Formats: sequence, C-alpha cells, structure tokens
Amino acid sequence: MVSKASKAKAPNPRITAGLKDLFRRPRALLAAGVLLMMVFAAVAAPLIMPYDPNAQMFEGLSLEGAPLPPSAQFWLGTDLLGRDLFSRLVLGTRTSLIIGVVANGIAVFVGAAVGITAGYFGGWIGGILMRFTDLMMAFPALLLAIVLAAIFKPSLLIVALVIAMVNWVQMARVIYTETRALAQREFIEVQRAMGSGPLRIIGRHILPHLVYSIIVFGTLGISTTVLLEATLSYLGVGVQPPTPSWGNIIFENQTYFATAPWLVFLPGLAILLLALSFNLLGDALRDTLDPRLKGRH
Amino acid sequence: MWGYLFRRLMQSLLILLGISLVTFVLLYLVPADPARQIAGRSATAETVANIRAQLGLDQPFYVQYGRYLGNLLQGDLGRSYLQRTEVSTLIWARMPATLLLMLGAIVAELVMGLTIGAVAALKRNTPIDQSLMVFSFVTISAPQFVVGILLLYVFAVRLGWFPIGGYGTFAHLVLPALTIGLLGTGWYSRMMRSSMIDVLAHDYVRTARAKGLGKLRIVTRHVVPNAILPIIAMIGIDIGMFMSGIVVVESVFGWPGIGQLAWQAIQRVDIPIIMGVTLISACFIVLGNLLADIIAPLVDPRIKLK
Repeated sequence: MVSKASKAKAPNPRITAGLKDLFRRPRALLAAGVLLMMVFAAVAAPLIMPYDPNAQMFEGLSLEGAPLPPSAQFWLGTDLLGRDLFSRLVLGTRTSLIIGVVANGIAVFVGAAVGITAGYFGGWIGGILMRFTDLMMAFPALLLAIVLAAIFKPSLLIVALVIAMVNWVQMARVIYTETRALAQREFIEVQRAMGSGPLRIIGRHILPHLVYSIIVFGTLGISTTVLLEATLSYLGVGVQPPTPSWGNIIFENQTYFATAPWLVFLPGLAILLLALSFNLLGDALRDTLDPRLKGRH
Repeated sequence: MWGYLFRRLMQSLLILLGISLVTFVLLYLVPADPARQIAGRSATAETVANIRAQLGLDQPFYVQYGRYLGNLLQGDLGRSYLQRTEVSTLIWARMPATLLLMLGAIVAELVMGLTIGAVAALKRNTPIDQSLMVFSFVTISAPQFVVGILLLYVFAVRLGWFPIGGYGTFAHLVLPALTIGLLGTGWYSRMMRSSMIDVLAHDYVRTARAKGLGKLRIVTRHVVPNAILPIIAMIGIDIGMFMSGIVVVESVFGWPGIGQLAWQAIQRVDIPIIMGVTLISACFIVLGNLLADIIAPLVDPRIKLK
C-alpha cells in the first residue's frame, strides 16, 4: 500500500482493471446502457421530441376533453392539457439529469471538502465540522428540503442547491473516516516531517486514495438526488411547471391516475430507471474498485 | 455502561439544541412576514406594526431565539398562521395515526426484508439470489409516491381489495404501511443477506452440520437468531428514513398523520406547522439513533462502548 502513494501519477492500474471488470457484469452494463440512452435523450431532446412539449393540442384530447391513451399518433398518450407525454418525458430527462449532476456535484464537493478538512486537521476544526454534520444528519432530509424550497422561490438552480444542502452529509462522513485513517499513516507522517504543506499533502497524497470512495458514493448519490428532485417536484415545491420534470408531470396529472394511469406510471418508470441505474452502477463500482467490500453489501 | 449512556444522552441533547437553533434561523430567514399574514391583506401598517410588537418580532435575533427556546422547552411550538391553533395541539392530535403507520411499516419491512435477505443468503450466487437483490435495488430506487399510487391503482381501484384511502380499520393501514415498508425492505434484505453470509461461515454452524442437525433446524435455531442481532439496532436508525417518507405517503393515502399536516401546510406556506413537524421528526431521529446505540451493545456484547 505504501508504494502506491509514490506512483499516484502513473495511470492507475486499479481503475483500468476495475473498468474491465465492470464490463463483465450484466447488471452494470445494463445500467450503463440505460444511462447512455437517457443522456442521449437529454442532449438530443429537440431532435427526438415529435411535438412541442408545451403545446396544448386540440387533437390531444378526446371529444369529452379527457387525455388520450398511447397510440400511433401520440406514442405515450397525452396529458390532461392535451400535451404530448413522450415529448414532455424526453425534455424531463434533461431536468432530471441536470439537477442530478449539478446538485450531486455540489454535494460531493462540499462533502469531500468538509470530510477532508475535518479528517486531516482534526482538533477543534474537525470537532465543529463533524458535530455540524451530525446535526444535519438528524434533520429529516425531505422536510428540510421542503422548508428550504419554501423559503427561496423555486428555480432550477435553487432546487439543485437545496438538494445539495441536504445531500452532502453522507459524503462528508465517509470521507472524514477515510481521511482520518490516512492522516495517521506513516507515509503522511514522512511527508509532514519533510516539510510539505497541508495543501500539498492533501492534494498529492490523500486525495488520490479517496478517489474510489468519491466515485462510488458520488454515483450512488446521484440516485438519491434524482429521487429527491422528483419528490420535491411532486409535492409542488421543486421544478415549477411549465418546465417539465418527471416529478411535476405526476403532480399535474395524479388526480387522473384511475382513468389515465399512463400519466403517472410512465414518468414513474422513468424516475425508477434513472435512480436504479445509478444505484446498480454505484454498487458495481464499489465491488470492482474496492475488493475489500466485495459481496458484503 | 452508565457513563456511556450519560455521554450519549448529553450528545443527543446538544444535537437537539443545535436543531432548534437551525430551525429558528430558517424561520428567521423566511421572507414572508408573519405579522402581515396574520393581520390580513387589508390591514393598515399600524395594525401590522402592533402585531409585530405583540409577537416580539421587532426584538433582536438572540432575544427572539431565547424566547423560542423557552417556549420549546414548555412544549410550545408556536401558532399556525392560518389555522389560529397551537401547532403542538395540531401535532399531538395527529400523532397516534403516524405512530400506527410507523408500527405497520416496521412490521412490514422486517417480515419482508429479513425473509428476502435470509433466502438470498441461503441461495447465494444463484439466480434466486440475484433476482432478489435486483428486487431490493428496485425497492430503494422507486419513488415512494409512485409506489403508493401504483399500490392504490392495483389493489384498491382495480382489484378493490383495500379502501382507496383514509383511516380507521386494519384494511386502511395495509397499503400505506406496505409503501413505506417496501423502501425499508430493500435495506433490511441487503443487511440480512450479508449478516447471514457472515454467520454461515462460522465454526459453530459447521459443528451443527457435523452433528447431523437438519438444515431447517440449523437455519432457524443457529443462523437466523445470530444474523438478526446486528440488524435489531438498525430499527432505531430506520426511524429517520420513515420520517422522510411520511409526508409523501400520508398525502397519497389521505392518512391523517403529521405528514399530511405538513403537506397541507406546504400548500399554504404555513411555516410554523412545517417547522413544528420538522422539529418533532428530528427529535424522533435523534431518539432513534440513541436507542440504536443503547440496544446494539445489549444484544451484541462484541460491540465495544466508545
């Protein structure tokens, strides 16, 4: 293990081997395939959408004014305003992925920064930071997010920030524990004795060891983020209509779930697939990148 | 043991104090002026100023927090802006429904989770194990409101086995408890599986086998009881997960608990109620974690007290 610190710069054999191993797992491959499709849908949304997702079409409603079930004309049916559900779901992919990646990116950054600072320096700084982390852990995440979303006027960025504010905690705990163990190892002591500054030690010698955990928990975290965004939007305090998000599509149409179930279950399936893919991928990454945990979780 | 208990109790109290501070800061930050909301749209500036003074909103931050904390210690969570009632009264009236749902959910997730985990461990690395583990991933990846609506659609609307929502009989409890329980099932089955695998590798299991005990007897008498030990403490931590789910699930099923109360308050931006529910939920989580830390070393003497 000690030798690894010295060759942190060389292409990391554990990651290449891990990636190769990853592609031998059917679950991970399937998850990666779903994610690629979703990313493609999000990027190429304007090319894929058969209709304007916000157009309320006359022919999109039955003569009685009810939404239409899936058909050749409207592949996934229409919603209660006569809008094409497929087009709205495709554009919703964008919302979910953007918030998932941005919110989780911020959460990972904040969590890692707090965890590393507290773990490396310890003492009263570490004490204060970790007590604050404990405090945030005791807050019911969803309720806290709702309160925050109610205080600030919801926009895409605010929703992402709110989710990040409640989601950095797990990452901080994991990184804190690992940094703490690393900071007491001999090769770090040696660096300190040689006069390297804390920034250099953290950047060169601690961070490379944390990369695996950051990748694994970062991937699993996107799943939590996607679910939280969907839930906030479903409760009406997340992404605001007419911007389509899978959660607010369900929010808008849920009263019709008995007569037009596709309006609830198709967006629901999309949320499930996205969250499930990140969970499966994160789990496979944990197995391949960290052999110590193999088969234990 | 007593020293450890005392330290953990003090830590929990400190966390609760911190939570009250964070809640108050959030309340303080709310741009909506409670005085204006209470007085109504047509009130004069003078009336609003009077109400502000009456509520003490014109005093500095620390004075307001001091009073808030004092009120909290007496069980006073403030007044609802719109319902003109004490928040604590509203919450206590709805607590039994939420506690009942919690009990139902815990029973559901333990029964399903432990069974699935045990079967998966016994059939380790077979297609059965793999499908059960994929199922556990599905349950933790599915948004609870979709699961709730799906169960409603299939078992209430289509099959008519259960009522479409509401409260009162055992039949009303089944679907909401299942909805919350399914999320927990995912976590418990994965923990149970890995705990069972650990226990199955122990010498005493091999000895029992060598003695010629039947497989069923070994599993029910020796493996399952030992595998469950580390999981019991998780029930406490589980309360936190439960608290996050009640807002959604209670509103989907029209369950008259504190989650529905919070959801109605969200629609009307009735901040004191949302804050009250948040604070009570946080207390539950702290209490649950404390319970977990106390129970864990009791049921499993290998865990050292720190």
